Amino acid sequence: MANDALVPEKACGPGASTGELTLDGSVPIVDITGLWTKYGRTVVHQDLNLEIEQGEIMSIVGGSGTGKTTLLRQMLGLERPARGCVRVFGEDISEIGSAQLQQLRNHWGMLFQQGALYSALTVFENIAQPMRELQVLPEDLVRDAVLLKMNMVGLGPEHAIKMPSDLSGGMVKRVALARALALEPKLLFLDEPTAGLDPDLSEAFVSLIKSLHRELGLTVVMVTHDLDTLFALSTRIAVLAEKHVIALGPLQDVLKVDHPFIKEFFLGDRGRRALEALDEKTLDEKTNKDH
Amino acid sequence: MPTAQEPTLTLNPGAANGPSVAAGGTWQVHALAQGKAMATITGLLKSLKADKVQWDLSAIDSMDHIGAQLLWNAWGKTRPPGLLLAPGQEEFFNRLETTGKLELPRPRQQRLTWVMKLGFAMLLFFEHMTGFITLIGQLTLDLWRFVRAPQRGPWKEISANIFHAGFQALGITALVGFLIGVVLSFLSAQQLRAFGGDIYLVNLLGMSIIRELGPLLAAILVAGRSGSSITAQLGVMRVTEELDAMLVMGISHGFRLVMPKVLALAVSMPLLVIWTDSMALIGGMLSAQVELGLSPQYFISKLPDAVPLANYMIGLGKGVVFGVLIALVSCHFGLRIKPNTESLGRGTTTSVVTAITVVILADAVFAILFNGVGF
Repeated sequence: MANDALVPEKACGPGASTGELTLDGSVPIVDITGLWTKYGRTVVHQDLNLEIEQGEIMSIVGGSGTGKTTLLRQMLGLERPARGCVRVFGEDISEIGSAQLQQLRNHWGMLFQQGALYSALTVFENIAQPMRELQVLPEDLVRDAVLLKMNMVGLGPEHAIKMPSDLSGGMVKRVALARALALEPKLLFLDEPTAGLDPDLSEAFVSLIKSLHRELGLTVVMVTHDLDTLFALSTRIAVLAEKHVIALGPLQDVLKVDHPFIKEFFLGDRGRRALEALDEKTLDEKTNKDH
Repeated sequence: MPTAQEPTLTLNPGAANGPSVAAGGTWQVHALAQGKAMATITGLLKSLKADKVQWDLSAIDSMDHIGAQLLWNAWGKTRPPGLLLAPGQEEFFNRLETTGKLELPRPRQQRLTWVMKLGFAMLLFFEHMTGFITLIGQLTLDLWRFVRAPQRGPWKEISANIFHAGFQALGITALVGFLIGVVLSFLSAQQLRAFGGDIYLVNLLGMSIIRELGPLLAAILVAGRSGSSITAQLGVMRVTEELDAMLVMGISHGFRLVMPKVLALAVSMPLLVIWTDSMALIGGMLSAQVELGLSPQYFISKLPDAVPLANYMIGLGKGVVFGVLIALVSCHFGLRIKPNTESLGRGTTTSVVTAITVVILADAVFAILFNGVGF
């Protein structure tokens, strides 16, 4: 068993890396096949498959310890699976060269759970950092672009010279989102985007992500526990349990799957309340449209 | 992997409505960042700036906000007359129009004359002094509390700190002490032989190591090892709000964090001094045998006569004082760390540098106070 982890199998078939633009929707933007994750002798994922199509908002849910965040980190190349293949933009990210990986990294953005802002840099410098890292953009362009990004996430320019330690939780998330969007990525990863925000802020953040998704044509991959966020945002939901994806699809389809975790998670008291709220909202929207 | 076409600008001087410029290719940040695209484009934009031209962006295959911003800035942040856009590009420029007027607030200018800088430095120094004195005061109160009810004291913390700061430092102090002993003995032997005073090597080594070098070496090593770790530990506890959590539960920082460290170093430092002394003397002894042929038996039998006991006691006393000072200085800086990475790094550095400086200062004070003792 131990040897399996040492020699990662090349599970990706031939013809994987084409080096060509794969944003035409013909290839899934993220493609996970036969993925195994092990920590010591504990198997977290067993032969897991998941495809994420371009333009969708995919939510990954599951009980604690089912490896949601690990899966996210594997898509980002921060962790290597024991076996299996993770392809992002059609490239196998465990086989790819470091220069190519760097290029790939400029095409995705990640919002970490705690924001992960550089605490020694101001808000402005935090957002400008990925742009400055390219080393070709003139400083006045960077300044305008940062102000634009701050405006997009609803931060006024007066916050630009603040330090991350002076910001509230909601503002940290906004700044982190602006930084994740700095290089206009096609693919955005969100790890618990609304955790630690109060309901008002969390709702505002959800609608912010929604509008950015529409405006920038993003593909969003999100790990969340928050049912309101989940129902309000996701176009498809992947449920992780028993080391597999046990259900995958739009909310209505996922609800029909007969599994104790899904019953408990979505149809418990909490879930029913959130679903009711969702139904009321869609009803409201429909009646508003009719008038 | 998404690839991109190079962004282009083509000037067409003879169009129907005057000269026009057509932009094409990919106007996205990744395309602009590739090769020399950015330099070429900015050069072209600059040369076009003064011209009154018609802009045609409909040939651009994809665009993002940074690409749009580049054009927008070249236009002087207004929409040029007769601009031709492809569908979908309108949004970028609408957003730019609403945000284009945003200005970065000016950071407050630091206009300090050197007198003001000196003043601030003095204020900072006094702030540190009051902080340090407060810490000593708090320590005295905590010690009193500990003495009155020793059974409720933080024994576990004290013992853990003795293990970390004392026992785990045995290896490095032995190595450094031994090497210094060898080097010192080797160099002194060469000089002493020139005067024919070989047998005074024991006096020279014994006196310098036991009274001065042993305590100082141990203190500097401990300041670097335990001092930095204490500061970093307290700093991280500040960052993760553990310090606040302790206060909320009514656990005093002084009693549970500072005092155990001070007591642990006060106990383990003199022991480390003895250890370093003996290692350095063993090193010196071996080197003396090789270099001068002085037997270890002679060396050891001569040592009590050459070095009066008072010196040994002074060395131990120094150990206790240095240990207390190192613990206090590193706790002082550790508790002042602000919750960010830069402050953590700076605090740790300052703490170690200050601890070593304070140790050497205290050593000088010892030299003055005991100048007539032990000769």
